[in-house]
Amino acid sequence: MSIKVRYFASLKEQLGRDEDNLEAVREYTVSQVWTEVNPGQAMPDNVLIAVNMAYVDQAAVVKDGDEVAFFPPVTGGER
Amino acid sequence: MKVSVIDHLFDPWQVVADYQQGLTALKGKYGATCLFVGTMRDFNEDDSVKGMYLEHYPDMTEKQLLACLQQAADKWSVLDALLLHRVGDIYPDEPIVAVAIWSSHRGDAFDACRFVMEQLKSNAPFWKKELLTSGESRWVEKNTNGYAKKS
Repeated sequence: MSIKVRYFASLKEQLGRDEDNLEAVREYTVSQVWTEVNPGQAMPDNVLIAVNMAYVDQAAVVKDGDEVAFFPPVTGGER
Repeated sequence: MKVSVIDHLFDPWQVVADYQQGLTALKGKYGATCLFVGTMRDFNEDDSVKGMYLEHYPDMTEKQLLACLQQAADKWSVLDALLLHRVGDIYPDEPIVAVAIWSSHRGDAFDACRFVMEQLKSNAPFWKKELLTSGESRWVEKNTNGYAKKS
């Protein structure tokens, strides 16, 4: 098992990839997951985070088998 | 209650009419149906727009849309609700989103419908990339508040 990390929209374009896999050797917080897969790169200020498709904050705990997603502010519907 | 994420052109009026036709157990119970349809404009922030790509997060989108309907049903007396949302390539004059609410009285239908639209715009994982007639494309990262400035 591992932690699946996904990126969407402009963040996906900036990073140049839509997914990472992190071998889970321990429990992580969301911000630790970001640092593991994006070393030396700060998490964008306005990023939204979901774990297993539910919104969380950076302190949320991520376990083996979880899916973590990072994405920019959402803009659905008409405007 | 039903949500549907659609990757092709659809006719919201027909889909909602068909859905209402199927609400046989509710016939005589609903006195109000409120339908909102959002259609793509050919302008945004003074620029001419020729199309857009709407990206989404499959499964999380459906989950969040359903949560919007559920929250509305928790706040108002809602008999049934339907939410349809396009994804993928969309062009001006095509419908993007439709929200229909059935309730006994109009106040609940109007308020719940408005609430669902506002909720989905801040919670459902959709991202717009506009293609301008100038050939430039740009991600839209901010929603307007829903009203045009009256001059």
